[in-house]
Amino acid sequence: MAAEKRLMKGNEAMGEAAVRAGCDAYFGYPITPQNELTAYMAKHMIDHKRVFIQAESEVSAINMVYGAAATGARAMTSSSSPGVSLKQEGISYACGADVPMVIVNVARSGPGLGGISPAQGDYFQSTRGGGHGDYHHIVLAPKSVQEAADLTFEAFDLADEWRMPAMILADGMIGQMMEGVTLPEAKDPATRKPKPWAVGNKGKRTELNHVDSTQLVPENFEKALHVRYARYDEIKKTVVRWEEQNLEDADLILSAYGTSARVCLGAMQMARKLGLKVGLLRPITLWPFPEQRFGALAGKRFLVVEMSMGQMVEDVRLYTHGKSEVSFYGRCGGMIPTEEDVLAEIRRILKK
Amino acid sequence: MTEKTFMAGFGGQGVISMGQLWVYCGMKEDLEVTFFPFYGAEKRGGIARASVIVSTEEIASPLVTRPDSAIVMNMDSLPLCEANLKQGGTMIINSSLVKVETKRTDARVIKVPCNDIAEKLGDVKFANMVMMGALSKATGAVKLDKLEAVLMSFFGPSKQKFIPMNLKAIEEGMKAVG
Repeated sequence: MAAEKRLMKGNEAMGEAAVRAGCDAYFGYPITPQNELTAYMAKHMIDHKRVFIQAESEVSAINMVYGAAATGARAMTSSSSPGVSLKQEGISYACGADVPMVIVNVARSGPGLGGISPAQGDYFQSTRGGGHGDYHHIVLAPKSVQEAADLTFEAFDLADEWRMPAMILADGMIGQMMEGVTLPEAKDPATRKPKPWAVGNKGKRTELNHVDSTQLVPENFEKALHVRYARYDEIKKTVVRWEEQNLEDADLILSAYGTSARVCLGAMQMARKLGLKVGLLRPITLWPFPEQRFGALAGKRFLVVEMSMGQMVEDVRLYTHGKSEVSFYGRCGGMIPTEEDVLAEIRRILKK
Repeated sequence: MTEKTFMAGFGGQGVISMGQLWVYCGMKEDLEVTFFPFYGAEKRGGIARASVIVSTEEIASPLVTRPDSAIVMNMDSLPLCEANLKQGGTMIINSSLVKVETKRTDARVIKVPCNDIAEKLGDVKFANMVMMGALSKATGAVKLDKLEAVLMSFFGPSKQKFIPMNLKAIEEGMKAVG
């Protein structure tokens, strides 16, 4: 029997998806516009006899996640932009120690305390390794409540598979809006990837496991980083994901992620009705970025739309190798572009 | 079919609930739906607005900027809805609280005295359901024939006794459109 469709807020849907993915422990600290997620976990993790802790700060929460995940538990935290900034130290440590975890960022406008309205100004922070040191982690960008649930559910497997944090980069719109969602069936814990590296449960092993990011011998550390970056190359080949529409005959390709991609979809449909050949390329994984796909389209004209002053646009320029004319249209400070705004920009570029 | 509706009123009028129930019913009628609320921090009396979309297709932007239909629950919301309603769109006005004429002569204007009808039914709190009945009749986008089942899960057990009154309010709202 098909699962029943439920009407849920994005924040709640991500919470329920995490519960069904087998999240053993959630640690969070309240911040708008992701509060419904923390509230959902407060209620439902306890019902499932799992761990829920409202920490005294974001820094504390991420380190609780680090500790719990180091023991092999499926652990998660969520926050919004200023709170995710506070978590960056912990994320760098987790990446340095190869500890899987799930982090949800329901982004709001920044910098600083900024505002509580939706924004996409955290692209650089999420995709460049927002803390110190050489590292990346998986970043998934949902465009709808359904996809927010699906990607959160999958993020736990991806994190375990690749032994690294997986981040859901949503925004206040995805978190706050309600849509119909069909939730995945709860995952059988027996299907989880074993974690022989985890601390505790020594069993028959003679050596103790150390989960740590400290590497004081430069020669060894360099080797370890190369090993990790070889894994990143594997991830780039296998995890990368995007959605594309109407690229074949496109004179102009719109590129956007999350909420902006929804706006672009509407603008593309309006443009097509006017006879304008417009396509849409939406990265779903922001790291790894669909480098190859953009590279294959080098030479085509692009319009990148973001709720920021322009961040992903730099990746589009980078991976089209200077062969494409790449325009940018952005709104920021919590403003959301409209379909009409993007259509006007399309017409300006195509001079039609 | 895609019907984009912008609902506006003040906090306490049930604008947010109306938007949620509209898309909940739409979902039960196998439509794609999106609901995005916008409200002030005040418990009552602040602004309350909702962008709601129901469609037979995948929904593009969740933000309603040029609505096909606008719900004007109070006086303050009138200029806002006049500014964003699309050319020839439907404007349903709560004429119990909005006593002036709209400047939008191109619009299909429907006046429903929601508060008066609700008060006659027994409580002004049903004004939002009267309006939702009118919206259903005027647009045909959501039939609301599954509302009773939706209300059963929407309301907690202590409030289920109000379901017949809600259904009556919907019916009166539909009748008011004629």
